[in-house]
Amino acid sequence: MNQLLLLLGKRIGAALLTLLLVSAVVFFISSLLPGDAAQAMLGQSATPEAVAALRSALGLDQPGHIRYVHWLGGLLTGDPGISLANDMPVAELVATRLPKSLVLAGITTLVAVPLALFLGIYAAMHSGSRTDRVLSTLTLCMVAVPEFLLATVAVLVFAVKLRWFSALSYAPPDASLGEFLSAYAMPVMTLCLVLVAQMARMTRAAVIDQLNQPYVEMAVLKGASLGRVVLRHALPNAIGPIANAVALGLSYLLGGVIIVEVIFNYPGVASLMVDAVTNRDMPLLQACAMIFCAAYLVLVLFADICAIVSNPKLRS
Amino acid sequence: MPFNLTRPPSATGLIGLALVLFWLFVALFGSLLAPHPVGEIVAYDVFEPTGGAYLLGTDYLGRDVLSRILHGARFTIGLALVAALLAGLTGTALGLFAAVSPRWLDETLSRFMDALISIPSKIFALVMIAAFDSSALLLLLIIGIAYTPGCYRIARSLAVNLNAMEFVLVARARGEGRLYLAWVEVLPNMIHPMLADFGLRFVYVVLLLSSLSFLGLGVQPPDADLGSLVRENISGLAEGAPAVLMPALAIATITIGVNLLIDSLRGKIRHAAGEV
Repeated sequence: MNQLLLLLGKRIGAALLTLLLVSAVVFFISSLLPGDAAQAMLGQSATPEAVAALRSALGLDQPGHIRYVHWLGGLLTGDPGISLANDMPVAELVATRLPKSLVLAGITTLVAVPLALFLGIYAAMHSGSRTDRVLSTLTLCMVAVPEFLLATVAVLVFAVKLRWFSALSYAPPDASLGEFLSAYAMPVMTLCLVLVAQMARMTRAAVIDQLNQPYVEMAVLKGASLGRVVLRHALPNAIGPIANAVALGLSYLLGGVIIVEVIFNYPGVASLMVDAVTNRDMPLLQACAMIFCAAYLVLVLFADICAIVSNPKLRS
Repeated sequence: MPFNLTRPPSATGLIGLALVLFWLFVALFGSLLAPHPVGEIVAYDVFEPTGGAYLLGTDYLGRDVLSRILHGARFTIGLALVAALLAGLTGTALGLFAAVSPRWLDETLSRFMDALISIPSKIFALVMIAAFDSSALLLLLIIGIAYTPGCYRIARSLAVNLNAMEFVLVARARGEGRLYLAWVEVLPNMIHPMLADFGLRFVYVVLLLSSLSFLGLGVQPPDADLGSLVRENISGLAEGAPAVLMPALAIATITIGVNLLIDSLRGKIRHAAGEV
């Protein structure tokens, strides 16, 4: 047990170290831009003196590594700087947007995970059957479809033809349940299609992996029914790989949500980040990028831990 | 056999092959077949439906959608092929190099790749594009950097396993050098899985490039790839214009075709799971 804790501690330490490296990469790439923030804020007609004054006020005249330490310190204490585009604290901008993205991601997860597990386990139980082959092909196609096609088709069908939902997807805080559902239906649907396909494929592979083990053959020879073999014998052993699949699948959300928030005008942190790129609003961009990188690392770490805890062979 | 994994040669594989051949043909000769010049405004009506004088309708300026797709496909496929090739070759070369290198070099390289792979590719692309203005060259560089680590991991693990095989041991006992071992003994035996991996990576690259263009951060006007075509016509979505749907469908048929083909070709290459 102690050995396990030590190993987990090591993995978490490694993840923190990676996050530090990632923050350095993000900071230095985004500070390399030709012409700096002070020039951008004051415009082309500013006098050199004014630019120099603002530069020193913003701390831009200091060498890169000092600025990095300042920035990192600010990030850790919850003050990642001031947005260049609208003079608001980055923390405030992110704080208004982040919960909305989390709600979107949360609803998607709640819908997608059970569905993906059901489809994956069902396909594994009937592997080789017609249903399995159809599901396999469908999910294989679905993981290759760009999100904006799914979103476009969803808008065409549900907003333009059927007029069930509005193409704009944001429910006010005091929305009724119906309004809430109709606002979230299309973004969640779009994200779910790809997410379910990915997780179902990985779940199926994990369960089939177990079904090919000798102990399953033994259970079959004993005369256990298919349902019993899968649910009682194979599934408990596949929990680790499945949890791994779910965590890795969820990391897809981080990319998918960018497109979905933009196409549905959803005021989340991903569309905030795209705006930051368009406006070259570096402090905001850096903060958003770190949120996404940290979320990604947490998911990968979680997947890793699930694999370690469930498989003693990996602990050595 | 309830738990049989083998499948007969599939119709889906043939569909995949047909789609891939079709799009390769379009990428090579599409611009010659286009009925109208790519930038020409041919109709007074914008967002015309399919069927009429213009097979796939007209776009937001009244240009022929079919011609624009035939031209855009070359951009999407060409750029993605070169970018995926860049990432694939770099990753394979470094992976092979790491596998036959002394341990400390292998460790250093692997840790560096681990750090790189921890930045989701879309986020990395967004940061790079914000810092340096988007251009075709920058997009190539972004893809090259973002997809090399995944390829490196697979190449390295393949090469490490091969490196422990007896025929490599024999060659080493003969006194062959590292370069010879890597090039003559190991590399030829990992070509097939690496090609399958290249196909999958090509799909990811097409999706990433189209997403960036869709956000307006990828291929810049006046050039347009398929993702840009979706973006520039997005105002026609409310009236269900084919100018929005057709380029998006074109992208999907490219990526689905490659996926179906690879899936039927490969034996048991693992998905490089967790790609964002």
